[in-house]
Amino acid sequence: MIAARRLDKISRLMGSRATPSAFLKAFNKESLLWTESLNPKVRLLGNDDGDAVRFSTYHYSSNCNHSPTNKVLRNLPAHVKIVEVGPRDGLQNEKEIVPTSTKVQLIKMLVSSGLTVVEATSFVSPKWVPQLADAKDVMDAIQNIQGARFPVLTPNLKGFEAAVSAGAKEVAIFASASESFSKSNINCSIEDSLARFRDVVSAAREISLPVRGYVSCVVGCPVEGIVPPSKVAYVAKQLFDMGCSEISLGDTIGVGTPGTVIPMLENVMNFVPIDNLAVHFHDTYGQALSNILTSLQMGISNVDSSVSGLGGCPYAKGGSGNVATEDVVYMLNGLGIETNVDLEKLLLAGDFICKHLRRPPSSKTAVALSSKKANSKL
Amino acid sequence: MSSLEEPLGFDKLPSMSTIDRIQRFSAGACRPTVDDMGMGNCWIEGRGCSTSNSSDEDYEEYKGEAFPWRRHVRDASDGEAFNRRAKSLSKNRMKFGHVCKSRNLPDQHYSSKCTERGTRSITNKFLNGIPKFVKIVEVGPRDGLQNEKNIVPTSVKVELIRRLVSSGLPVVEATSFVSPKWVPQLADAKDVMKAVCDIEDARLPVLTPNVKGFEAAVAAGAKEVAIFASASESFSKSNINCSIEESLARYRAVCLAAKEHSVPVRGYVSCVVGCPVEGTIPPSKVAYVAKELYDMGCFEISLGDTIGVGTPGTVIPMLEAVMAVVPAEKLAVHFHDTYGQSLPNILISLQMGISTVDSSVAGLGGCPYAKGASGNVATEDVVYMLNGLGVKTNVDLAKLMLAGEFISNHLGRQSGSKTAVALCRVTADASKI
Repeated sequence: MIAARRLDKISRLMGSRATPSAFLKAFNKESLLWTESLNPKVRLLGNDDGDAVRFSTYHYSSNCNHSPTNKVLRNLPAHVKIVEVGPRDGLQNEKEIVPTSTKVQLIKMLVSSGLTVVEATSFVSPKWVPQLADAKDVMDAIQNIQGARFPVLTPNLKGFEAAVSAGAKEVAIFASASESFSKSNINCSIEDSLARFRDVVSAAREISLPVRGYVSCVVGCPVEGIVPPSKVAYVAKQLFDMGCSEISLGDTIGVGTPGTVIPMLENVMNFVPIDNLAVHFHDTYGQALSNILTSLQMGISNVDSSVSGLGGCPYAKGGSGNVATEDVVYMLNGLGIETNVDLEKLLLAGDFICKHLRRPPSSKTAVALSSKKANSKL
Repeated sequence: MSSLEEPLGFDKLPSMSTIDRIQRFSAGACRPTVDDMGMGNCWIEGRGCSTSNSSDEDYEEYKGEAFPWRRHVRDASDGEAFNRRAKSLSKNRMKFGHVCKSRNLPDQHYSSKCTERGTRSITNKFLNGIPKFVKIVEVGPRDGLQNEKNIVPTSVKVELIRRLVSSGLPVVEATSFVSPKWVPQLADAKDVMKAVCDIEDARLPVLTPNVKGFEAAVAAGAKEVAIFASASESFSKSNINCSIEESLARYRAVCLAAKEHSVPVRGYVSCVVGCPVEGTIPPSKVAYVAKELYDMGCFEISLGDTIGVGTPGTVIPMLEAVMAVVPAEKLAVHFHDTYGQSLPNILISLQMGISTVDSSVAGLGGCPYAKGASGNVATEDVVYMLNGLGVKTNVDLAKLMLAGEFISNHLGRQSGSKTAVALCRVTADASKI
């Protein structure tokens, strides 16, 4: 049948001369200024049939600026910082507890892919998050890694102190835009949580430690439903005013779409400078990438994601959670946005942790590319 | 309509008194104490919607709305659980159709009460150009099922088509009159057409590779056909065994015959961004083929990212080139989700003024070029996004999900739609209690 013949032919043609990464580069490094006038460098591949097949790899000069010709992509940032949350947000939602050595290896591989911020662990009581009970050991093991920052979650002053003594150089705190969620998730009202966090930020400031503030339920809450953008803006402003250097806005249950994300961002941007904002979308309804795109169009330049989409959604069992870093990088590459991330190395990191967890990646890009690699071996 | 009304499974969450039982089903659940907080996005334990500390009046107004995710006491008996949920999804959909009308979001059904004071004009240039209505062309029964390993019985196909039509989809690609030698999965094309000939609420186009296939289609009762050209020479040769020009010549004959029968013809262009053989495809090539199909009489041209490699960075130049020679309202986009990029690609296509989107229920139809990888974008995910954008589709998501569930059950696997999985799982958990 056609499909089988196609696959055979493609496998033969791909061979070892057109690796998945070369293939990928041909598609990913598209410039928005790409026109017919660019002369493609054409590489001819021989194949078993003896026919030369054109495999065009379009090379773009480094002078190729990304000024988009189209209004739709005009204001995209030239560079996006990806905050990798896999080792923390991802692994804390895994049923299985991952050994310290595996976590550390994962972190190392993520750093070597070029990610500059990797959330390493969390100093929450092991009673509640046993998956990250080895926080201190993880921090010990990554002390000497250069080239990346390793923020850790700290729920309160006690957690903060434990984090600092374990060597943390950056921490993160977690408030909610939904009163009900705040009460059910951290057992106190939003205001009480903010009071706690002021203590953390105060202490952090004394030793010049940066603090990242998360706001959860920025679009919807499993209890309350729609969360008003003004509420999100309020909490974001509080966190920013108390001294957080960056506010990450989290669509905790993944229900957002551009129609709800835009009003939320607009409200928050009234109170927090856009450069200090990050977006943290969950892909539970498959909406994360389009929400990220929308956020980029609004000028956001910090995106949270999780390698291989680690971390399911606790609210819809079996549902996906974090957006996969590989898919985000694929899109950003295609948009001509710099991320500093080497997708090939990132794929290796994802492959590593997925092998350990004995399941396929929750990243479509990773699945597609590893399938290509497998096919090319034929 | 806010997409927030979609996860209406939450309205079936058990009452507060049974919330502890939900805990046991939820991964990562944990119970904090006052001194030592649990962290992360764990759903800890259910508490009632306590009085907010906020004095924000708008917030109070929000609380006064009947939000779909608020828990209330659930009826007993789970015999018809899913159907009830589905009904409540559609019911609530109407109920919440007028919940919120933001003055700043065109065509969004948000009540003005929900509008935040001090919100800047959100008509936001990025949403301004988005069409008010998007026609979804459902390709599951054809493009989806033709890529399935196992052959689906005619009766199941027909039932799927019926369910899809009843969900409000205006166009459902029913089958293909390609030789069964090449596509045995759709060898029952004639029988399928016979069984659906009474359906009036939707158009049911069929694929026809040549005049012979066209004649068979018309004899079987088809009232609309589709033809398939490629923007890549190599793909054209390997896929349909002839050059692009030769295929266009064939299709001119089909269009001629179709004109005589007053049968509309839809033209597909494949490999509009990349080709598994050639790599990058020049936008000009795509525009050329699209124009040829349009000039020969196709009423609509569907641009297919066959291997799903496109991103907004490559889709936009392609669309711009095509829109220079074919009017935007005659164009459709057909993205594959192989790299997870289809929804952002659809979003920017909408921003560029495209108003017809192809998709496949439950994401039926894997990618033949990357084994195990996904193919068609899932209709449920598309509808979820369009609902959230306030774009009308005429599609009832609950009914659509039932159609998706039906075919997924038959195929014995989970839906390829994240929206469907999320909504089913949440409600499944709730119904176990």
